[in-house]
Amino acid sequence: MIDEAVVQRVLTAALRTGGDFAEVFAEDRRASSARMDDGKIEELTSGRDRGAGIRVVRGDTTGFAHTSDLTEEGLRGAAEAAGAAARGGGGGVREVALTRQENPQTHEVQILPDDVPKARKAELLLKADEAARASGGAIKQVGATYGDSHRKIMVANSDGLLTTDDQVRTRLMVSCVASGDTGMQTGYEAPGRTIGFELFDEVDPADVAREAARRALVMLKARPAPSGTLPVVLKRGAGGVLFHEACGHGLEADLVGRDASVFRDKVGTQVASPLVNLVDDGTYAREWGTYAIDDEGHPAQRNTLIENGELTDYMWDHLRARKAGRTSSGNGRRQSYHHLPMVRMTNTYVLAGEEDPEEIIRQTPYGIYCVQLGGGQVNTATGDFVFGITEAYMIENGEITHPIRSANLIGNGPEVLRAIDAVGNDFDTWTGTCGKDGQGVPVSSGQPTLRVAAMTVGGTAA
Amino acid sequence: MSDLLQLAERIVGQARPGEQVEVFLGRSHHTEVKVFDGAVESLSSADTQGVGVRVIADGRQGFAYAASLEDPIIAETLDEARDNAGFGTVDEFLGLAAPDGVEPVDLDLFRPELSAFPTERKVEMALELERAVRAADPRIRGVESADYGDSVSESAIASTEGVRATTRRSGCSIVASAMAGEGTETMTGSGYSVARTPEDLDMAKAVKDASEKATRLLGARKPPSRRLTVLLDPSVSASFLGLLSSGLSASSVIKGRSLFAGREGEPVAVPFLTLVDDPTEPQAWGAGRYDAEGLASRRNVLIQDGVLQGFLHNTYTGRRCDQPSNASAVRGGYRSTPGAGSRALSLTPGDRSQEQLMADIGEGLLVQSVTGLHSGANPISGDFSVGVEGLLFRDGAPAEPVREATIASTLQRMLLDLVALGGDLEWLPGGAAGLTVVIGDVQLSGS
Repeated sequence: MIDEAVVQRVLTAALRTGGDFAEVFAEDRRASSARMDDGKIEELTSGRDRGAGIRVVRGDTTGFAHTSDLTEEGLRGAAEAAGAAARGGGGGVREVALTRQENPQTHEVQILPDDVPKARKAELLLKADEAARASGGAIKQVGATYGDSHRKIMVANSDGLLTTDDQVRTRLMVSCVASGDTGMQTGYEAPGRTIGFELFDEVDPADVAREAARRALVMLKARPAPSGTLPVVLKRGAGGVLFHEACGHGLEADLVGRDASVFRDKVGTQVASPLVNLVDDGTYAREWGTYAIDDEGHPAQRNTLIENGELTDYMWDHLRARKAGRTSSGNGRRQSYHHLPMVRMTNTYVLAGEEDPEEIIRQTPYGIYCVQLGGGQVNTATGDFVFGITEAYMIENGEITHPIRSANLIGNGPEVLRAIDAVGNDFDTWTGTCGKDGQGVPVSSGQPTLRVAAMTVGGTAA
Repeated sequence: MSDLLQLAERIVGQARPGEQVEVFLGRSHHTEVKVFDGAVESLSSADTQGVGVRVIADGRQGFAYAASLEDPIIAETLDEARDNAGFGTVDEFLGLAAPDGVEPVDLDLFRPELSAFPTERKVEMALELERAVRAADPRIRGVESADYGDSVSESAIASTEGVRATTRRSGCSIVASAMAGEGTETMTGSGYSVARTPEDLDMAKAVKDASEKATRLLGARKPPSRRLTVLLDPSVSASFLGLLSSGLSASSVIKGRSLFAGREGEPVAVPFLTLVDDPTEPQAWGAGRYDAEGLASRRNVLIQDGVLQGFLHNTYTGRRCDQPSNASAVRGGYRSTPGAGSRALSLTPGDRSQEQLMADIGEGLLVQSVTGLHSGANPISGDFSVGVEGLLFRDGAPAEPVREATIASTLQRMLLDLVALGGDLEWLPGGAAGLTVVIGDVQLSGS
């Protein structure tokens, strides 16, 4: 993307104001999408984002500038701006010798989406539309979006690192509206993987559409969700977002470092039920949050965060790790070259346990069973978090009964982790986008079927 | 003429016969200062620019964008948009906006002083903000974040249909999040101020809000579940207006995703509710001379005295419904095609302050902040359930603070269960003004 000698000179220029560390992050991202709604292919979109972000660190201060001009002049301009922002006193000339780092790849991409004819992408959507509408007369609207991205990144820094990565992601999203006596309800399904167009060798758009339609139709029969504290069983895959919110964010070293996490000073202590084993794994082949290197050039890792309920470590990026005198855990990510990296999750999941998932439901006299969740939010300083349910049912006398309307569940991270009293022997993952400080990055979360003994369900029924 | 508009015209000039081409160009300069523990944690400064090209040919639409204004990339973008148009479905209603003779109002959205404001002063403001929040109350344990940010941006739209529109705006903000409490208890509160130029930022208000919101929640408990009257703080009611907004978009109506579809001329809310979208209101953060298709902004009454008046239209939805656009095209910058939506929603205020409302109502819950709006509110079905923090009040006076609870209802019911609107209208960052809203008989879920 940028000539090695130019990168070297730009890093030298960046350090001229006395910085301790300088980094060039260059990115060339091509994205394409197709949107179908109301029975029509509304439009295809092509996007190109190319540029570089340069940061200079001096003491505890980071200076940052970015540019879409990848010429040596443009990069030097950004380097000088970042250097000035870090406001060094002394300075002088520090030469940087770069060593190219090769990275292990977790998997190969088979079909680059750039090589797939646009008409084929549009066809997927029409197929989805047809399948969803055939699911029932109550399906009144179908929206479907296909999206792919090919992101090439290059990271070079004053520690001598020079490395590159190619990240390809493909996703299909289908949403349906069903209409009945109780008004309108919605259903959504959106599989995505860090692979190319071969996604559709394993994912049939018609199946995705039928699943979204089924969900909307089920919700037409839903009754108001209960209000109050109940046991909550989370189906495999669906509940991973609970861990993402209940403790994932609170284990990010930047939030811990600023005393904004309830998990501060808790490494080595019991923070969850002994049934809980939590990992964050950027090497999980083909998953939505996977990469060979993070956006600071550090190879992805599989990091154990909670082992048998005991907190073993936080997640780290370059800066926070350097301050703590350790190495990064490969969790330094950024949305694009416009942004500074920070500590982010990748694929965060709870390992399978030993119980039969069906037995967990049978052993629940009264509670709710969550099949799909719709995202969440956490205040890491208080530990309070919410997540939405988009498909859920009542459990009565150990059996799944009627569906309930969408609602948020609210809990406190440390309390909920301790209240997990059953973990199943199954497993699945869920694809999502994680937002933090205005930056969105692709992540996944996963878990076996499990039960939280008590959580507050925010419905309207008494 | 601005150089951006010249560039946009030059690209439009490359349209082929039979093609409609619209070019949206954006350029901005941002600065952001984050401080922590008395020192600058990061200082970012950056220029961003981009182009979005929409091509309509043979009744089909294609779009492409790029984060660059370099000639070869612009040429590639136009080619891609043109190529993409070949794959859309033929739709006779597709078409670009044509100038409709409405003159844009003059709005003072750009203040040149911001560009001249020295970086050192920005850093000082962020440091001062952090110091002041920390010193505001002995119970403040720390400051989770204290940031200063600003941007100066301009955009230009030109099209083969004769649209020529430019906009320039400046904005800056300070925002801080305070942490209060000792030992195992922590409560947080945030405060902010936004303005067109740094001299107009209200640091005292940002500090007071962050400090008071965090400290007044100390001792908060999960409340027992019950039905009660809630008062939504202005920042919370503004978020709810944002949820209503999607149902008022003609695009949602056409596609069967609006809970207001087919209700024009019918009562949808209590008779004292009037809802207006007015991007010509200078105080509105979403104000602008033009909409996202380059038509002059105008005031649209959506609900008058509780009766639904109409919807927000762009050119496409207008053509579908056989009526002109009411200049409600919105877009998220150069990366997307225009949708139809609101930019400056506000409710006609009542005449009582929050304190008076609390005194008159006697007992209920003052909701200070909500969480999980994106996961727990469905603007299509109308169901909502959100996490809340706030204060119970009794005999008209604040009582116990509350956390880890939710309130739930439907948007349809909420509009009919309104008890009163406050007189405390304030324009907030985002697309709406807030004021205290009182709603009766809402389910609170806790223990």
